[in-house]
Amino acid sequence: MRGQWLWYLLLVIPFIGTLWVPFYNAVDPKLGGVPYFYWYQFLWIGISVCLTTITYFATKGREP
Amino acid sequence: MSGVNSVALAVFIALFLIVTVLGFVAANWRRADLTQLHEWGLGGRRFGTVVTWFLLGGDLYTAYTFVAVPALVFAQGAIGFFALPYTIITYPFVFVVMPRLWSVSHKHGYITAADFVRGRFDSGALALAIAATGILATMPYIALQLVGIQVVLAAMGVEGTGFMADLPLVIAFVILAVYTYQSGLRAPALIAVVKDAVIYITVIAAVIAVPAKLGGYGAVFDAVPAQKLVLSAPKPGTLGQFSAYSTLAFGSALALFLYPHSVTGVLSSSGRGVIRRNTAMLPAYSFLLGLIALLGYMAIAAKVDHAPEYAAGFKRYGGNFAVPALFLDVFPSWFVGFAFGAIAVGALVPAAIMSIAAANLFTRNVYKEFLRPDCSGKEESSVAKVVSLVVKLGALVFIFLVPRQSAIQLQLLGGVWILQTFPAVVLGLYTRWLHRWGLLAGWAAGMIVGTYCAYDLGFKGNVYPITIGGLRVDGYTALWALFVNLGVSVVVSAILNAVGSLNGKDATVAGDYEPAASPEVTT
Repeated sequence: MRGQWLWYLLLVIPFIGTLWVPFYNAVDPKLGGVPYFYWYQFLWIGISVCLTTITYFATKGREP
Repeated sequence: MSGVNSVALAVFIALFLIVTVLGFVAANWRRADLTQLHEWGLGGRRFGTVVTWFLLGGDLYTAYTFVAVPALVFAQGAIGFFALPYTIITYPFVFVVMPRLWSVSHKHGYITAADFVRGRFDSGALALAIAATGILATMPYIALQLVGIQVVLAAMGVEGTGFMADLPLVIAFVILAVYTYQSGLRAPALIAVVKDAVIYITVIAAVIAVPAKLGGYGAVFDAVPAQKLVLSAPKPGTLGQFSAYSTLAFGSALALFLYPHSVTGVLSSSGRGVIRRNTAMLPAYSFLLGLIALLGYMAIAAKVDHAPEYAAGFKRYGGNFAVPALFLDVFPSWFVGFAFGAIAVGALVPAAIMSIAAANLFTRNVYKEFLRPDCSGKEESSVAKVVSLVVKLGALVFIFLVPRQSAIQLQLLGGVWILQTFPAVVLGLYTRWLHRWGLLAGWAAGMIVGTYCAYDLGFKGNVYPITIGGLRVDGYTALWALFVNLGVSVVVSAILNAVGSLNGKDATVAGDYEPAASPEVTT
């Protein structure tokens, strides 16, 4: 029970991935003609959803 | 523009009629006593995971968003794309924070964020500050939904002179006002299902059909000037657009769920689990918003701003005309009507929820708090219904009397203001160490600094440069103001706590913020 809050640390990851601009401020590599800047940020929607889902199930025990 | 596009207009009106019928039918949906405020203004706190998904999706991703985000990308390029990281990171934040607000509100019957602040900090004045900020930030937001409708009406050639020019908009809003009055939050909740369906169809059609016509996504991005494609990089002495981009995303993400209409959406859900599950499902709308943002580039690639038939629209509405022009350029008339109908209905849902949220705030935190402390539940609900009408009327008058540009500037300012309720509302969910007068002082400081920065920018933007040790850092005004707000709150609270100043009585206990011992209803 007490260690459950550690799962919430997963939710910090999307903040780092999307707010640190030097990670993705580039045109190349392109994906299907789409510059990196754009497809990288689209990709983070999926990653963020996965992390939220994992945290949801891992901490569900605390919730009725 | 010449003449009315009658096919498009017919489809548009048909869609509008379907939605109107739904708005009135909604009063009988999950039938309950609509003379109680929690029934009229929160739908009885009974919405399950799916309805909440539609409701919040319809509420947060407004018609104005769908017009303004691509407009910004169209005009300024990559910086306008901050809407995507913004709507990604808001959900992990909501996952952690909002279930606590739901639990304490459910336990104590709170209907607004200001209700919670009132109970937590035992201060009518602080609650009034929170409520007033919410109403101030919401009013121009409602007015801007009208701009969304105005733009698509103009794009279909519905124009007149004087009063006739505004008549279609007035009719649409009067109908909206009447069914919101009658059905309360049930109306936008039901309409949101239709709204989201037509928006998804429109956007999916657009992101497939438009690039196909323009020669693929590669061709679309190739048509965009290179300096627009990515953010300008840091040079010695400046961080370029990097800090502006991430502070805009971060500050907006923190502010989004402080808006009264977001709180209304959250509190109308049937439980903590509904909110938690929705944070994993709502990013579907963020994906949609990302695609919509790219419509701005498609408009550049289609060169709609150089086409003589759209010149008048661009002259009047600026970049906001980019998406309507793109649709007119690419789609057949009947689908243009469908797509424009989607935008108009997309304006009605948030406008309804915003007016309900503002009405709840006024009723609970001004009327009941200061004017009629012992008013009945029935009186509360009647007052809220009337206020929702007044708020919509106000928005209508606002959009006719105030220049459109001022409405946009006030909405930007609204974002700055609403973030100043963060310490009392969000930190208040975790700690009572901050003193009520400390929070009030911090709020006042944040409001003044935020408004001053906006004034200093001539109300034209929301990125304010500050200099730290010779380094110029461009950042979101709202976030700078929040830092001042937090600093003042902490310092004043430390002093007041040290001298033992009276800090009122907390109506809540630690357990109120956690899951209830008895199993909650999950649907």
